[in-house]
Amino acid sequence: MQNLGLEVLFKGKNMIRLLGGLWVALKISLISVAISIPLGILLGAMMTWKNPIVKAILRIYLEFIRIMPQMVLLFVFYFETTKAFGWDLSGETASIIVFILWGAAEMSDLVRGAFESIPKHQYESAEALGFTRAQTLTYIIIPQTLRRLLPLSINLITRMIKTTSLVLMIGVVEVLKVAQQIIEANRMTSPNAAFGVYLTIFIMYFLACWPISMLARYLEKKWR
Amino acid sequence: MAEDLLKIEHLVKKYEDNTILNDISFNVKQGEVIVIVGPSGCGKSTLLRCINALEPIQGGHIYLKDDEVMAGGANLAKLRQRIGMVFQSYELFPHLTVIENITLAPMKVQKRARDEVEKEAEALLKRVGLLEKKNYYPRELSGGQKQRVAIVRALCMHPEILLFDEVTAALDPEMVREVLDVIVDLAAEGKTMMIVTHEMQFAKAIADRVIFIDSGSIVEEGAPEAFFESPKTERAKKFLQTFTFEDVSKRRAAASDSISASE
Amino acid sequence: MNWTAIADYLPLYEKAAVLTVKLGVLGIFFAIIIGLICAVIQYYHIPVLKTIAGFYIELSRNTPLLIQLFFIYYGLPKVGISISPSVCGVSGLAFLGGSYMAEAFRSGLEAIEPIQTESAYSLGMSRMQTMRYVILPQAFSISVPAFMANVIFLLKETSVFSAVSLMDLMFTAKDLIGLYYKTTECLFLLVVFYLIILLPVSLLGSLLERRLKYAKPGA
Repeated sequence: MQNLGLEVLFKGKNMIRLLGGLWVALKISLISVAISIPLGILLGAMMTWKNPIVKAILRIYLEFIRIMPQMVLLFVFYFETTKAFGWDLSGETASIIVFILWGAAEMSDLVRGAFESIPKHQYESAEALGFTRAQTLTYIIIPQTLRRLLPLSINLITRMIKTTSLVLMIGVVEVLKVAQQIIEANRMTSPNAAFGVYLTIFIMYFLACWPISMLARYLEKKWR
Repeated sequence: MAEDLLKIEHLVKKYEDNTILNDISFNVKQGEVIVIVGPSGCGKSTLLRCINALEPIQGGHIYLKDDEVMAGGANLAKLRQRIGMVFQSYELFPHLTVIENITLAPMKVQKRARDEVEKEAEALLKRVGLLEKKNYYPRELSGGQKQRVAIVRALCMHPEILLFDEVTAALDPEMVREVLDVIVDLAAEGKTMMIVTHEMQFAKAIADRVIFIDSGSIVEEGAPEAFFESPKTERAKKFLQTFTFEDVSKRRAAASDSISASE
Repeated sequence: MNWTAIADYLPLYEKAAVLTVKLGVLGIFFAIIIGLICAVIQYYHIPVLKTIAGFYIELSRNTPLLIQLFFIYYGLPKVGISISPSVCGVSGLAFLGGSYMAEAFRSGLEAIEPIQTESAYSLGMSRMQTMRYVILPQAFSISVPAFMANVIFLLKETSVFSAVSLMDLMFTAKDLIGLYYKTTECLFLLVVFYLIILLPVSLLGSLLERRLKYAKPGA
């Protein structure tokens, strides 16, 4: 049985370092999620306003952020801010900013979609019963919107966690960078380390994301 | 003496622990029009679906002439060509035009030539008054028009028996008549049909035999005049009463009498 | 903004863009095939294959493309499977994309009410005839929005190809910044080229979605 390079994981602190790297990725995700979701809800609500200027500006911002690959956004923020504004952002900070902007854009689109998917006669039948606009929103519309929103938001969170793997490319020492270091350090002793280590990371991400997406699916079925 | 076209023997249909059809037996002769009535949930639609093997059965046999109809049977597709079915929701293929809807199965399943099938389709469409709609898509038609196309689609396969599953239940009242007229026309031609319907006047006019089903069993069976004018069983009487309304003014009069009496 | 520099770099970016699109299209093509196979397997509930397909879909949807690429490019050679960067990129994209396409096609298939299938069977059509003439055409139209979203998503994902040394747009940008420090110009071209690739696809998607709206089931 060919050596799968897994033994390098049990050496010294390698496993802990890998997990530490994963934690960096998760930390970026968590902070970004915590800020971008409320921000996205706010933006989504703003999109339903009738002001054409607000709508246009928001629309352009959202479409741009969503159509650009996240890698490009990371590069732009990391390199350009240094050049143009003289800021010296760490890779981590730049990542968090990009993820917040991206997450908020995606979230606002989900919010807008959820609002628009509520049929018009929900509003009409509420008004026919004598509800005011505020009451209609509070008791009837928003609860339904939240139900549609939650599974999709969880799906967005999963996507954000997966995308944090990219921050390696702007130098953040997260799990893939740690992996590269470990593999390089053990080049002589464990030549097949690359297989075992990357396989492990593969499984780690899977274990991080899969329960969350299962949760989203469960909620979606339950509330359909 | 007309022969038996369809024979249903001791049909049992269960869904999980519920028995939906319990020991149903009857025969349909060539040229007969059978109307099946009964309260909601009594199993009438399921019965039609079993005859077409859209539902598996748990007991009994169904024979079309000498061939047994079995879900999962080897020659099921061939048998189904001989049984035409029209659904309450029309079920036209939305991505095909009217004429394509009608000619698809005859060409692909029966391997008939396009010219021959199209000619027949157009003749049938003319009969039901829809020839000018032949290149329209289903979404451009009204419910009544769609249902008439669905009937033509079934007819074009030259079935030996036609099954109609509450085909006017989803239609606006004005359109119900145009569809029923087509079915009356077919009956006059001598087509063998089994019709599940709630339209009682129509049933009375068209049926050779009425079968009343309640809770999965045949409760009463007989000629339409006998069934509708003088039903024999209590359940049949009760069922037919659901279609008549007592005059409201009588109740109002009774109510105001009791109010003035208590003053 | 140094326009001479931009003019100088333009041909490099063009070359990189062509590579990105080429590999992207190949990856998407194979993703469609994998997706179709998985969707049909799941629709007909074929035992054993259905479990494998499900397993594959969960695995590829819950792991980032970058990890998949690293594993294929750096890990697999250690157990004897050695691949070129291009093949690695395409197969990674196909592996990831296959599951997304499977979901898109499957929801298209499942959006068709069973009774539509039954009406085809009632006309005597076989399973295959029904799939070919009735279900697939409708499922395809219904899947278009999700399908186009996947195409855009997969094209965006090609931006990680530089991690396996493919000289795509990201690689070119990073390289040039490292060499000449003309950050703004390099990033400007990067954004422009991705817009050139992605905007038309996005517009096409919206157009198709509007035109194919008729195929809602239940005519």
